[in-house]
Amino acid sequence: MIVEKTQTALAVLFPESTTDDTRTEAMEEAPAKEEEKEKKTAEPRKNGIVLKDYAVHGYHVDIQLDSSQLLEAVAIIDSLDYFIESITGVDWIKEEQMEVVYDFSRYDFDLCRVVIRTRIPRAQPNLPSITSIYAGANWHERETHDFFGIKFEGHPHLVPLLLPEDADFHPLLKDFKA
Amino acid sequence: MSEPIRIQADETFVLNVGPQHPATHGVLRVKMEMDGEYIVTAETVIGYIHRMHEKMAELKTYPQYYMNLSRMDYLGALGYCHGHVLLVEKASGIEVPERAEYIRAITVELNRIASHLFWFGAFVMDLGGFSPLMYALQDREYILDILERITGSRLTYSYYRFGGLYNDVDEQFVESTRKFIPRMRKSLKKYHRLVTGNIIFRKRLEGNALLSRETCRKYGATSAVARGSGINYDVRKNEPYSVYPEFDFDIPVYSEGDSMARYKVRMEEMEQSLRIIEQGLDKLPEGPIMPKKPPKIIKPPVGDYYQAVETARGNFGIRLISDGTKNPYRLKLRSPTYSNMHLFDESCRGLLIMDALALMGSLDLVIPEIDR
Repeated sequence: MIVEKTQTALAVLFPESTTDDTRTEAMEEAPAKEEEKEKKTAEPRKNGIVLKDYAVHGYHVDIQLDSSQLLEAVAIIDSLDYFIESITGVDWIKEEQMEVVYDFSRYDFDLCRVVIRTRIPRAQPNLPSITSIYAGANWHERETHDFFGIKFEGHPHLVPLLLPEDADFHPLLKDFKA
Repeated sequence: MSEPIRIQADETFVLNVGPQHPATHGVLRVKMEMDGEYIVTAETVIGYIHRMHEKMAELKTYPQYYMNLSRMDYLGALGYCHGHVLLVEKASGIEVPERAEYIRAITVELNRIASHLFWFGAFVMDLGGFSPLMYALQDREYILDILERITGSRLTYSYYRFGGLYNDVDEQFVESTRKFIPRMRKSLKKYHRLVTGNIIFRKRLEGNALLSRETCRKYGATSAVARGSGINYDVRKNEPYSVYPEFDFDIPVYSEGDSMARYKVRMEEMEQSLRIIEQGLDKLPEGPIMPKKPPKIIKPPVGDYYQAVETARGNFGIRLISDGTKNPYRLKLRSPTYSNMHLFDESCRGLLIMDALALMGSLDLVIPEIDR
């Protein structure tokens, strides 16, 4: 099954975490809500792989990692024949952080949607570009740069795509005032 | 007599297609560097009708935002609405009556045919044949009349509700839809006789603008673009949602990867949609169209939710990050044509400009949906 295969392939990124850290949410379906609330308010989520309940969330594998591991993880995803769905950002203004979310899926009947998340400081939103691996990330990264001001290092042409060419504002930041 | 001006062999010039150009079907601009009639490089410029729908989502409540969805893809609006209601229902745990889901599937498929018909007419017109557009619009008008009667609008439908539908269908809807099926089957035969076998049409499309499986994967192409390149991928089959598992239908796949393959896929998809509508009408259960107690205020619990649906233009994904309030914390719309259009820059290199425009037509672009 591709879910397990993906999980083992990506496990090399988290050498210190043992199998207890790779939680399966299906087992804790009922307290899932509480757990998530806790995650938001109490302690920030640790890096690692979490298997999600597809029926509830709509995706299977949820990976949070350090931005330095991003290219490595995306290369593994690429080698497993995934296609890129989208890239987007989330502004967690209370935590002074910015999250970038990468979505991948497969042209296959063996379902597996993979979500890769990485958090970067809001004051210095820099990330490596994945355009060298997925050429189609180009527009998605430009869009994320438009909306959140996240700088993708190594992007060939990081200029406004959807916003006007002279735009110097980032409308999806939570402190954006029109 | 003066000598004619000679252009040096390695000299290129820039050709600007759009933002106002009939072949782009909307405000889309492509800066092409040309070597004679051949394209050296191309850069697509989008964003002319960007409306920041994602920001609007954060400012509005869920029911208020719902009508925005039909303003993106104005040719296949119901597919978008379907994605949004499914997502919100999944996130907040609203049960949908079976009858409502069947009617949703029937109306989405009707809308898909309407959208494909318009694409068919516009695509053949791009290639220089005007008449098929008129026939296609005639059939499309029939569908729009059916949908207008029950939804109340012609294109920008807001027919679904969180939990069900705005109103039930009646006998007249069932009857006119049943009449439409044989009519459309006859029309499809006519289109094939009129267009598909045409030698000029075939010579322009066969072997033109080849897209490989790898290109599709790297750019995340879906819909007929992927299925024309031998990828058997349709969200309705690969990631079944709604009542689609109940229906017996096929996904047309061609492995040639040329514009003709993309054309054939869409033409066959219309036939398959007719099959789904037919089965849907046969199986249409009786019952309510809204849950007994539809929630008055929609507040999905904290979390991250994703829903993908197959719209007329491909895989439409929608991600919701909820913080438990009345407004979404973040709503991301993954538009299918955004990814499909993106591969144009790379794939049109070395093509003749007329072949590139045929490729552009075969991508089935709706610009408000790319720009969002």
